[in-house]
Amino acid sequence: MKHIKTLNTQTLNNTVKKGGCGECQTSCQSACKTSCTVGNQTCEQKK
Amino acid sequence: MIHLYQNNGYNIVLDVNSGSVHVVDELAYDVIGFLEKDNPLHAVESLRDEGTKAKLFAAFEDGYTLTNPKGSPAPQGHELRNALGYTREDVCDVLEAVIELTKEGRLFARDVYEDFIDVVKQRKTVVKALCLHIAHDCNLACKYCFAEEGEYHGRRALMSFEVGRKALDFLIANSGSRRNLEVDFFGGEPLMNWQVVKDLVAYGREQEKLHDKHFRFTLTTNGVLLDEEVQEFVNKEMDNVVLSLDGRKEVNDRMRPFRNGKGSYDLIVPKFQRLAESRGQQKYYIRGTFTRQNLDFAKDVMHFVDLGFKQISIEPVVGEDSDPYAIRECDLPDIFREYDVLAKTMVERERAGKGFTFFHFMIDLEGGPCVSKRLSGCGSGTEYLAVTPWGDLYPCHQFVGQEEFLMGNVDAGITKPEIADEFRSCSVYSKEKCRNCFAKFYCSGGCMANSYKFHQTIHDTYDVSCEMERKRVECAIMIKAALAEA
Repeated sequence: MKHIKTLNTQTLNNTVKKGGCGECQTSCQSACKTSCTVGNQTCEQKK
Repeated sequence: MIHLYQNNGYNIVLDVNSGSVHVVDELAYDVIGFLEKDNPLHAVESLRDEGTKAKLFAAFEDGYTLTNPKGSPAPQGHELRNALGYTREDVCDVLEAVIELTKEGRLFARDVYEDFIDVVKQRKTVVKALCLHIAHDCNLACKYCFAEEGEYHGRRALMSFEVGRKALDFLIANSGSRRNLEVDFFGGEPLMNWQVVKDLVAYGREQEKLHDKHFRFTLTTNGVLLDEEVQEFVNKEMDNVVLSLDGRKEVNDRMRPFRNGKGSYDLIVPKFQRLAESRGQQKYYIRGTFTRQNLDFAKDVMHFVDLGFKQISIEPVVGEDSDPYAIRECDLPDIFREYDVLAKTMVERERAGKGFTFFHFMIDLEGGPCVSKRLSGCGSGTEYLAVTPWGDLYPCHQFVGQEEFLMGNVDAGITKPEIADEFRSCSVYSKEKCRNCFAKFYCSGGCMANSYKFHQTIHDTYDVSCEMERKRVECAIMIKAALAEA
């Protein structure tokens, strides 16, 4: 029996070196305008 | 740092520093919880230690569970077999899996980002997004409007083409090598100054060719003046459009009346339905605000679904404690329950092939933002600025009208770089409350305008909002867990 199922293969620390290009969308421009929702943005390089 | 929680029958372990999400059975949930508390080193060596295994056996033979950490009286001699039928072998299997994940950096991962924060904060930033306050005027009189019916603590005004043109020039000149530039036409109500919007889009299209840039225009509108001509233009030119509506007719009309007090729902809904359909149900959000007067806001989300909308956002109002509609701490249990109802409904709908998007439950576990983005926050005051109708620059739309945040103007550029520096220095590591929060890499420290509103500093957090954000992250991950099932 498998006790642990991991949903994602990527880890955040993998993005330390190759990230930071800055081409992604600005958070508040999308839909919120009153809260900060960075985590639901998509990386521009992976589109 | 890990966060364990149970939601909708799923046991979930979020490894905060790696962003890994594990869906586990009850035994693994308890074992990982035990190791979090009783094996503080969380290193592979200490996990492998025979003493760790012995402590685990002893604890579980003593009836350990996360909800009963001291253990109940030992069951049936020393045979480890709890009510769920787990054995010592099962505990060993879980421990082995935990060790493997720890080795891979997917569990008990260390925080390696604090050392990196200086690099992120000292990097040269460029301006990549502007919120153009095309009109400080509005044809609605929404009761919760932070812009005070479009006037932003100031006077009614419309942006001239000249000011808008200078704003786009400023953006291009300050964007460095960044190619994609975002411009949101905001208000007040931007359709009250529609010709200038169109002229600025045309100017932007000319300039992008000359400077090898690409403008992504967006529009935030209440829909009152939306007609076929506007729709056609929006579909041709706007990358995204945010349509303001609060949900059920009685909910919407209570908070979003015209200036004469009449409700706006009947006029606006058919226009928004047509627009959403004409865009293929993509690249828009129907966006509402919920208040303590409609804490059953999942019904408003489902009302949008029933109206045919697929891209939905409903957000909590931000108000003073004295405002009758403001969310209070005592409302949180009701709000959490509502998010749970909504999350479960979304899973059911998705499984039935009738899925829809709820903005605050969007989470991309595989292709989400990089650490650099998560550490640097929303970009207000540095990468993102708001421009008033007369060309003044502020850190974001919510700071407009607060003179201490006036950063410059479209003629002179940034005249107070110290304001940008302060915003640049703000991160999850500059906020004490964020340090031990499991959601810090999803909200990136939260909204600085809200922090300032409640604490008069951008280096704090708006606590009620934090509670809701944590709940939303939990729900969003639960949805992923449910949909990952075969």
